[in-house]
Amino acid sequence: MIERTPILNTITHVVLFVGFLASITPFVVVAIAASHDLVAVNLVPMPMLPGGHFWENLHTAWTTADLGPKLVNSFIFAGGVAAGKVLISAITAFAIVFFRFPGRQAIFWAIFITLMLPLEVRIVPTYAVAADVFEPYRTILDVTGLNGLIESIAGVRLDLKFGLLNSYAGLILPLVATATGTFLYRQFFLTIPDELVEAAKMDGAGPIRFFVDVLLPLSRNNVAALATIMFLWAWNQYLWPLLVTTEPSHATAVTELKQLIPNVGGIPEWNIAMAGTLIVMTPTLVVVVAMQRWFVRGLISTEK
Amino acid sequence: MADISLRKVAKSYGKTSVVEALDLDIHSGEFIVVLGPSGCGKSTLLRMIAGLEEISGGEIAIEDRVVDRLEPRERGCAMVFQNYALYPHMTVADNIGYSLKVAGVPKAERRARIEKVAATLALDTLLDRRPAQLSGGQRQRVAMGRAMIREPKVFLFDEPLSNLDAKLRVQMRIEIRKLHNRLAATSIFVTHDQVEAMTLADRIVVMNAGKVEQVGTPLDLWNRPASRFVAGFVGSPPMNLVEATIAADGAGVLADGTRIDLPEHRLARDAAVIVGVRAEDVRIGPAVNDPRLVLGVEFIERLGSASLVHGRLAGADFVVTAPPALAEGAPEGLALTLPVDRLHLFDAVDGRRIETDASSVEALPIAFETVAAPAL
Repeated sequence: MIERTPILNTITHVVLFVGFLASITPFVVVAIAASHDLVAVNLVPMPMLPGGHFWENLHTAWTTADLGPKLVNSFIFAGGVAAGKVLISAITAFAIVFFRFPGRQAIFWAIFITLMLPLEVRIVPTYAVAADVFEPYRTILDVTGLNGLIESIAGVRLDLKFGLLNSYAGLILPLVATATGTFLYRQFFLTIPDELVEAAKMDGAGPIRFFVDVLLPLSRNNVAALATIMFLWAWNQYLWPLLVTTEPSHATAVTELKQLIPNVGGIPEWNIAMAGTLIVMTPTLVVVVAMQRWFVRGLISTEK
Repeated sequence: MADISLRKVAKSYGKTSVVEALDLDIHSGEFIVVLGPSGCGKSTLLRMIAGLEEISGGEIAIEDRVVDRLEPRERGCAMVFQNYALYPHMTVADNIGYSLKVAGVPKAERRARIEKVAATLALDTLLDRRPAQLSGGQRQRVAMGRAMIREPKVFLFDEPLSNLDAKLRVQMRIEIRKLHNRLAATSIFVTHDQVEAMTLADRIVVMNAGKVEQVGTPLDLWNRPASRFVAGFVGSPPMNLVEATIAADGAGVLADGTRIDLPEHRLARDAAVIVGVRAEDVRIGPAVNDPRLVLGVEFIERLGSASLVHGRLAGADFVVTAPPALAEGAPEGLALTLPVDRLHLFDAVDGRRIETDASSVEALPIAFETVAAPAL
């Protein structure tokens, strides 16, 4: 299509540029603040030209908040969540799209409804389960009197305890199930022609073979998109890691940032806080830049 | 190579019956074409044989082994799909060899067999390409290769040529028939194109609305269509069908009162029949005894080798094949003669063929000398 709309072109460019400025300004401010010393960063207004203490501030932030191990934790956490979500979403969508079983629609809608229950809403029960994984089962055993029965027969009392606090599993597992991912995969799987499924059947491939050999390679753009989004989402999680990790050994970089934020009445070291922020957001920037091509393709339907 | 027998095979979705109690015996090494309009159940039939569709009743046996409850892979069939259904992310070689990979055939042997099949289909230079980089005809050949490599007992083709352009279709048709002659596996080919059916088949199964109308060789279907449906479906242009009633002297009376001579029959007076005659069997020019049979010409299709004159005869659509010269001056009316020995009669109610003394007339044998084929 050939269009000649010089006025519209100009307007759209202006809008784009305004949007660009709006989104880049906070980053620029963070970077500039991170390059000043304590005095300069607290001037009102703060000087808008970079100062000369950038590397020094980075170093201070790194050592003060012990960011090295925390970044490793963050990578394990965000990577685990992203991988888990991709796998679970693909498998659930596979079941829902390609198999006919009773209650299929009901299960799909049940998954879909969990969109209305974000982590923040169900944080208390989720925490309770993470703190004591078998609690629901034990309650069932106690309430039904089964436990007394087992005790009288076997002579031992069942006292299962298994907590996930302060562990990677506790960080990752409660976050891996996601309706968004299942939905994304479902929409993609629905575009796979029936003939392809049938061809695989004729070739003798069972469901698992078909999933691994055909569906997964075909959905690699979806994998990239979902993994990117979920990695960023998990990386930026604050509430859950804060709750589930009480020991610094398992804390993530994002929760540890608060170590750098000056207390009321303390030394206002905003330059160090900003330097720490820069360090913590760098990996997400790298991921976005590296995955952008795949991730856009995965979101704008199928490649031809 | 396998016999296939279908006994009272039926398929219904809820209350909608798609295929009704169908009996069919297919001999080993035969090329069967299932022909019918869309929605007649022919693809369903094929998919039931393949095992992609459960049967609602009856029994399917391949090589005397009842396969009703077997998975597709256990039935020994290979299928070529209408849209080829190639795996888009695999190379041509991987597509062809996928069934062997699933079966756990070692890599070296797999490679050797892929190359052999590819050579047969002239795909050897394309083995590393992806389906998206192939033309329609090449994709079609890959789909064939994927079926061939398993050395199946039965080949199933689900309208495999309908997505190709006209020229390629003719070419692939010939290739498929040559391949069949060479491999001699039992083949079942589903199509709605009667030319494909006529050219490919050893025997044709004509289906309509879930039922078999006729099973026979292409020439059987042509010379002695078993029903009005077959008569109207096989042949291009289709056979002309005109309603008539039987007069006291046994002649036919058309809707406008015109009398035509019919072949010898045993029908009662006033019986309603349908008279069928092929466009190319109609003679142009008045008959000696009946000059009133006039075709009201509506338009003329000029094919070059002949012209098809479309018009109306006694209220029915009617087509006549005329010499190309007729194309020049288009007359408004055309006197016709219907040769008695070329007429087919069908019951007006159930559409079945009514046997007449003309029914035994076959195409006249042409004497020819057998000459040794030159060495190629």
